[in-house]
Amino acid sequence: MAVLDQTGQKTGATQKGKEKTMLNAIKTVQRFIPGPLIGLILVCIVFSTLSPYFLTTRNMFNIFSQMSEIGIMAAGAALVIIIGGIDLSVGAVLAVTLMLNAWLYRDMGVPFVLTTLAGLALGAFIGFVNGVLSTYGRIQPFVATLATMSACSGLALFITNGSPVTGFPTWFSDITSARVLGLPLEFVILVTVYLVVAFWLYFRPSGRALYAIGGNEEVARLSGINTRRAKVMVYVAAGFLAALAGLIVGSRLDAAHPTAGVNDLLSVIAVVVIGGASLAGGSGGMMGTFIGLMIIGVLRNGMALINVSPNLQPVVIGFAIILAVMLDRRSAQR
Amino acid sequence: MLDTAPHAAGLHVRGLCKSYGPVQVLKSVDFSVLPGQVVALIGENGAGKSTFNNIIAGGILPSGGQMWLDGEVYAPHSPAEAMQHGVVLIHQEIRLLPDLSVAENIFLGRQPTRGGRVDRAEMIRQSREILEALGFDIDPARQVRGLSMAVQQGIEICKALLRKPRYVIFDEPTASLGEADAERIFEQVRRLKSNGTAIIYVSHRLDEIKAIADHVVCFRDGVRVADWDGPSVSKEQMINGMVGREFTFEHRAPAPNGDRPVLEVRGLSRGSAFRDISFDLRQGEILGLAGLIGAGRSEVGRALSGADLIEAGEIRLDGRALRLSSPRDAIEAGIVMVSEDRKGLGLSLNQSAARNIAQPWERRLARAGMVMPAAIDDLGRTQQKRFDIRGRMELPVSSMSGGNQQKVLLAKWLVKTPRVFIVDEPTRGVDVGAKMAIYEIIRELAASGISVIVISSELEEVLGLCHRVMVMSGGRIRGELPRAEATPERVMSLAVVSSADAHGGN
Repeated sequence: MAVLDQTGQKTGATQKGKEKTMLNAIKTVQRFIPGPLIGLILVCIVFSTLSPYFLTTRNMFNIFSQMSEIGIMAAGAALVIIIGGIDLSVGAVLAVTLMLNAWLYRDMGVPFVLTTLAGLALGAFIGFVNGVLSTYGRIQPFVATLATMSACSGLALFITNGSPVTGFPTWFSDITSARVLGLPLEFVILVTVYLVVAFWLYFRPSGRALYAIGGNEEVARLSGINTRRAKVMVYVAAGFLAALAGLIVGSRLDAAHPTAGVNDLLSVIAVVVIGGASLAGGSGGMMGTFIGLMIIGVLRNGMALINVSPNLQPVVIGFAIILAVMLDRRSAQR
Repeated sequence: MLDTAPHAAGLHVRGLCKSYGPVQVLKSVDFSVLPGQVVALIGENGAGKSTFNNIIAGGILPSGGQMWLDGEVYAPHSPAEAMQHGVVLIHQEIRLLPDLSVAENIFLGRQPTRGGRVDRAEMIRQSREILEALGFDIDPARQVRGLSMAVQQGIEICKALLRKPRYVIFDEPTASLGEADAERIFEQVRRLKSNGTAIIYVSHRLDEIKAIADHVVCFRDGVRVADWDGPSVSKEQMINGMVGREFTFEHRAPAPNGDRPVLEVRGLSRGSAFRDISFDLRQGEILGLAGLIGAGRSEVGRALSGADLIEAGEIRLDGRALRLSSPRDAIEAGIVMVSEDRKGLGLSLNQSAARNIAQPWERRLARAGMVMPAAIDDLGRTQQKRFDIRGRMELPVSSMSGGNQQKVLLAKWLVKTPRVFIVDEPTRGVDVGAKMAIYEIIRELAASGISVIVISSELEEVLGLCHRVMVMSGGRIRGELPRAEATPERVMSLAVVSSADAHGGN
């Protein structure tokens, strides 16, 4: 058989030599430029012709500011999806950690630095609970995080009986308007999170193990990877990042709303999926997730600029998800 | 048999060809099967058996050649058309819907109706009839989930036989079954044969072919290379026909030296899986673990490699007691195990071969806490050369053939030289050529001083490789035989010892 294949390829090569080189060239380009990036470039071209304001520096920074909390949550969600799990609780974790932070600060008079740490710790703790439930507790992550989502959104409302908390320290609300080397601080935080997570995922053995777990958990375990510990760690990271995203929301709005972040869940998952991750686990990455984030950000921003009804925007995002996944599947088949 | 005129009864194939582009997978094949005859089809993976069967069953259109069915020209364009002519193909994978009932599965897509509604009573009645006729005593109203593989395979056969076929093609019906279960399938084949049905039977299990086939046809590289009468052909003849060269199970490593044992196992027990397992393993020794499926052999291997926790007993490596609480502990100590379930437990199929090989070793590959992709590629290339893996290491391992996947799996566990190497069914689902390569790898490991435990259901494999054979049944060691005394008869008699009359221990 092997011999046959080789001779077959030889004759084929002489007949269709030119077509083959063309095809190979396209394939090479595709290997270096991921599919989602092509989509992003196309979307940017379309909007820059439709709106002169689109391609300004100020608008670009706007996009990042608008997307920073979703982006930070998506970094955690990507990790969870890579191990073949799902975290539905991220939006609710954002809300409850932010509310705890604000309530402790304003109503209990705890120093703000401590309340911030308490918020981050609560996020990590809820992640830990998610992780333990879905590993040692053997509850499917969809169900486990559905339960914690429900509990967290309830708690977020319960803390202040549903009313928002305003009045953070001024230096805190200034953070989101601050600039570092001319870049908005939110953008710097976002990129830092992505670089750290990407470094962990691509170069550290414990990060690379996540792909092994998502690919086949039992194979990973038999290969000497402590799969349960790795999974719990991932949920802790996702919870912590949701709490971090909550800080950015609080700083930008200078207020804590008990329903903040609740609508972000689907955008977070959309970002990861558009970025090329499969919900079956084992694939995806931070580069793709970042591009997915920008695609959603550009779509939202661009549609607002050309006055598309806000009610229609989710429809377009829905189409973008389908298109991205279909293109991704096509390129994977080649 | 080839001289039979195409106008006679039976299925006759002349000069059948199939090519995909310039690649010829079938080259002018002649073939005949008569009513009431069982013709076995053997050959390595990729020899063209599946293509041949699919052409007969209407799934693939031939590029050339002709077929006659009972004297009429036969050229089916679809499986449905082939079925109308009474030809059915029973696929090797079981494709039942686990949550539907047995009867619903049997009648899937053609349920009997009455007044526009599915007539469940009739469906169950007919299913019961056909199940009983085939000797299966199961309730047709129950769910398929939870039924044994053999029974599920039986339901597949019922599905096919509901169409009252006159020609049945079995594509490796026993590939996933143990010996006792396979026997039930043979019964169906004999029953069909006595009804005058013509049968084409594909299998890699040469013993069963000898038992069941009237005639054996061997394919190699798309050509019919040999044929024999079933009862008189020898296993060696069949293997040599498939491989095209001499095949042997004999790959003997030099006798182990040194008396000090490398691995000492004392009183190992785990629940109902195995009890009181004790043995020694010397340097460079190959120990065979024989027995029937379910005897507890794999479970002992899993416990030694840290995959399962033991409940009692002691494992000593080079005189030091080991406490294994995870596979990691065993890997660190130098005990690794190649699992029997390559796809479920051995490899991550959608990841590259190189990544699969690197998986247990990433901590070692890390420099300054970082694993560089180049290090993984290097490791992949090194192992590719060492184990002669054919295929591209950077592509998902699912793109490789079974034999090469198995080599990737061996390579994965031999990145670092282990002290004890445990292989479970090392050649399952692997063609004969790759089999010899794998035996050679195992032999060389032992020759270089590594201690090896070979768990296998293929007795010839155990006898050809091992210095010593330990036989298990019912979770206990029933006896131990040095190679000279290990005849198939003695091993089998120990393997079927019941718990009552066991003498146990070592």
